[in-house]
Amino acid sequence: MNRYPTWKYILIAASVIIGLLYTIPNLYGESPAVQVSPARASLKVDQSLLTKVEAALELAAIPFEGIYLDESGVKVRFSSPEEQLKAKDRLIENLGKDYTIALNLLSQTPNWLLAIGAKPMYLGLDLRGGVHFLLQVDMDAALTKSVESSVGDFRSAMRTEKLNYTGISREALNIKVNFESEAEMEKARRFLGTNYPDLTYNPSGSGSNFTLTATLSPQAKKQIQEFALKQNLLTLNNRINELGVAEPIVQQQGLDRIVVQLPGVQDTAKAKEILGRTAALEVRMVTAHGTRTDARDYFPKKIEDALKGIIPAGSELLYSRIEEPLLVSKRVVFSGENLVSASPKPSQQGGGAEIAVSLDSKGAGSMKLTTRDGVNRRMAVILVEKGKKEVLTAPTIQAELSSKFVITGMENLSEASDLSLLMRAGALAAPMEIIEERTVGPSMGEENIKSGVNSTLWGFAAIALMMMFYYMLFGTVSVTALAINLLLLVALLSMLQATLTLPGLAAIALALGMAIDANVLINERIREELRDGNTPQASIRIGYDKAFGTIMDSNITTLIAGAALFMFGTGPIKGFAVVHVLGILTSMFSSVMVSRGIVNLIYGYRRNKITNLSIGQD
Amino acid sequence: MEFFRIQKDIPFMSYGRLTTTISLVTFILAVFFLGTRGLNYGVDFTGGTVMEVSYPHAADIDGIRKAIDSIDLKDATVQNFGTSQDVLIRLPIKKELSIAQLSEEVTTALKATDSSVEIRRVESVGSQVGDELFENGALALLIVLFGISAYLAMRFEWRFAVSAIVANMHDVVIILGFFAFFQWEFSLTVLAAILAVLGYSVNESVVVFDRVRENFRKMRKAGTVEVIDNAITRTLSRTVITHTLTLTMVGSMLFFGGEVLHYFSLALTIGILFGIYSSVLVACPVALLLGVSRTNLIGDVDKKKKTEGEEEIVA
Repeated sequence: MNRYPTWKYILIAASVIIGLLYTIPNLYGESPAVQVSPARASLKVDQSLLTKVEAALELAAIPFEGIYLDESGVKVRFSSPEEQLKAKDRLIENLGKDYTIALNLLSQTPNWLLAIGAKPMYLGLDLRGGVHFLLQVDMDAALTKSVESSVGDFRSAMRTEKLNYTGISREALNIKVNFESEAEMEKARRFLGTNYPDLTYNPSGSGSNFTLTATLSPQAKKQIQEFALKQNLLTLNNRINELGVAEPIVQQQGLDRIVVQLPGVQDTAKAKEILGRTAALEVRMVTAHGTRTDARDYFPKKIEDALKGIIPAGSELLYSRIEEPLLVSKRVVFSGENLVSASPKPSQQGGGAEIAVSLDSKGAGSMKLTTRDGVNRRMAVILVEKGKKEVLTAPTIQAELSSKFVITGMENLSEASDLSLLMRAGALAAPMEIIEERTVGPSMGEENIKSGVNSTLWGFAAIALMMMFYYMLFGTVSVTALAINLLLLVALLSMLQATLTLPGLAAIALALGMAIDANVLINERIREELRDGNTPQASIRIGYDKAFGTIMDSNITTLIAGAALFMFGTGPIKGFAVVHVLGILTSMFSSVMVSRGIVNLIYGYRRNKITNLSIGQD
Repeated sequence: MEFFRIQKDIPFMSYGRLTTTISLVTFILAVFFLGTRGLNYGVDFTGGTVMEVSYPHAADIDGIRKAIDSIDLKDATVQNFGTSQDVLIRLPIKKELSIAQLSEEVTTALKATDSSVEIRRVESVGSQVGDELFENGALALLIVLFGISAYLAMRFEWRFAVSAIVANMHDVVIILGFFAFFQWEFSLTVLAAILAVLGYSVNESVVVFDRVRENFRKMRKAGTVEVIDNAITRTLSRTVITHTLTLTMVGSMLFFGGEVLHYFSLALTIGILFGIYSSVLVACPVALLLGVSRTNLIGDVDKKKKTEGEEEIVA
């Protein structure tokens, strides 16, 4: 008999209900909102931030509709764009120093839906407007920088070890150290091999000319590249915070590329400038300070004068993070681009923590020159952010320093890691180049949504009319199944929060256009069985069963095409592929099981014998 | 209502010579145009910059051209598209300028000439990205062809797999031929459309092959030609209805989808139209030519009969 076991009906009903719940958020509009997120990695997002934002708004008597806390920051919803702008200005005034205040649009989805994770589909840049950049990280430069830093290390290490070498140079990614005798080369090889195990050493030469060639091992290379990419990602993240973008995406793509997506950003020139900017970390000497009596340049008088506005030439007045005023030389000892790494570690003596810093050869040379005569002077590590200069730390120099040294005096490991993060934030480990740029204006985005939605709806309407006209009741069932297919597809896309692009919208339309094939197959098959003289009930059963194999086969071939698109596609094509594949999966369910379920409900429970089916066949 | 109530099988296979000639001619023409005119690759593949700008009034094309010439970008093409207010500017890659600088300079120059300009869309692709997209596209095409033929070979028989692929390649080449002949822009989305069509039009062959296999089982006395003719005739109704519906959807995209989806839906339209033809009238003759027969399709008939049962499948 054409009846489904109860669980199948329940399954169908449940999926339709879930589909509805997750589709609904897409029907709500968006309201203007302001997003407050920390500008520095060291700041935490917690309840106190929410309270601060709330207090600031209440003080200014700006009404808001809702306020939420999530992992990225605090979001406040307003009823009008005017209130949104007022609130933004107010919040920049109050919190702008430490937090990024960005305009955003938030869905008006009610809270009970948000609570079950129902959110509108995530729109791609071509639908909401914004900029997309693909950046290529110059890995050769990262490797060269690292090798150059090793050259400096070798030189000073061999000098302290009293190893006699006649010359040291870098050739491409190799370090060549020359010796006069084989014995000396052997000695050096043993020493370097134990101290710098990241490199592999190859001795060569004869007579009085021996060369030890050091090459980066493949693992070391990989490590350097991974580090460079991670570092650049971090730096970019920090810089993008300056832009005040609500939901920026900074992602690794492949081994040496970074994707940056900035929804809603129109000022591409500014975005490019910020992305492409080099080092914002500077290290300079302190010329006067008024706190540490034991360090050199203790001139409280000069600081007092400076606070009054009398600043000596060649210096400038900067403040440290604990608001200590310092007079700092304008000459830069080294900057972020010379920084190879800065990592936190527990202090060796006593409690507390320190930061191990490593510089490239240029930075090391400059550092050495400055610190030789600068023992017991203070050195300021300055982060230049939004044109503002902030002294991260101003330690006292204890000895002549070169490429590797530590900054001590941090209270604990978390302070050290915050500080090292900030130091690294100012530096790019390797230069980057924009190799792809896509900008979509906001009006274009809206138009794209409209054209995508219109093509789907009108296409659907036309198909529905034709189906109902040609297959009567069975056509209506097919159209219902197709509508459920659309519902499930949209729900699935909303659930997965997959990025919906314009090709993705086209894929929704195409999925519907292709899914109807299954129902046509079934209906044709049923007609054929009727024509062959089968009873109506048997025709339904045989029609569905026979069509199923064909539907499976044809969907699997379509799935293969979709999978290949997904694997090799990038950006908009990937978006197309995701929807295409999901559409095939939902259509298998809806056009076979859902439509059968409906047909069963209509015909399967009749007591009287059915003499004909409403399938448009006379 | 019923459009197709065909009492007698249509002898499709006897038109073999005619259909093969038609296919061959279109195929050769397509290859010819691909060879002589080549594809008009979009920036996705060639690298370069496309900018879509819009003015609140009719755009002054000459003024825009002069503005771009003034910053030494002489290879730019400037043209209206859609309406008189919308302008499309294409710029090739310049070695001495990064793509980021290029679009920035053009924007500045345009704003200096007429500040009411709105930059609606910018697409800049570096040459290395273009090459990669091209390689990935070709690779995707190959994987799709291989994947589908492997599946068909497993599910049916290698002769069917080969003929379905031949039919499909025929479609792909013809779509490309159209793009070459009309010099329509061949972009990434068009490639996506072609791959989607590939998966879709194989459906068609699958439906017919499925029926051929079933017929071999049912029509014990009929020859291969009659079996195929009957299969095509019996599925003809479904073929026409389905494709009309899918084309309706694609037509809706062509009509409402705007500029961005235009070539995408155009590729789909051509693909679907030729897909119907080729999957029936190319795939089947090729299968016949390769010597498809009852034995190599359903193998040992009696053994299969027991395991699969006749038509009594219980839901």
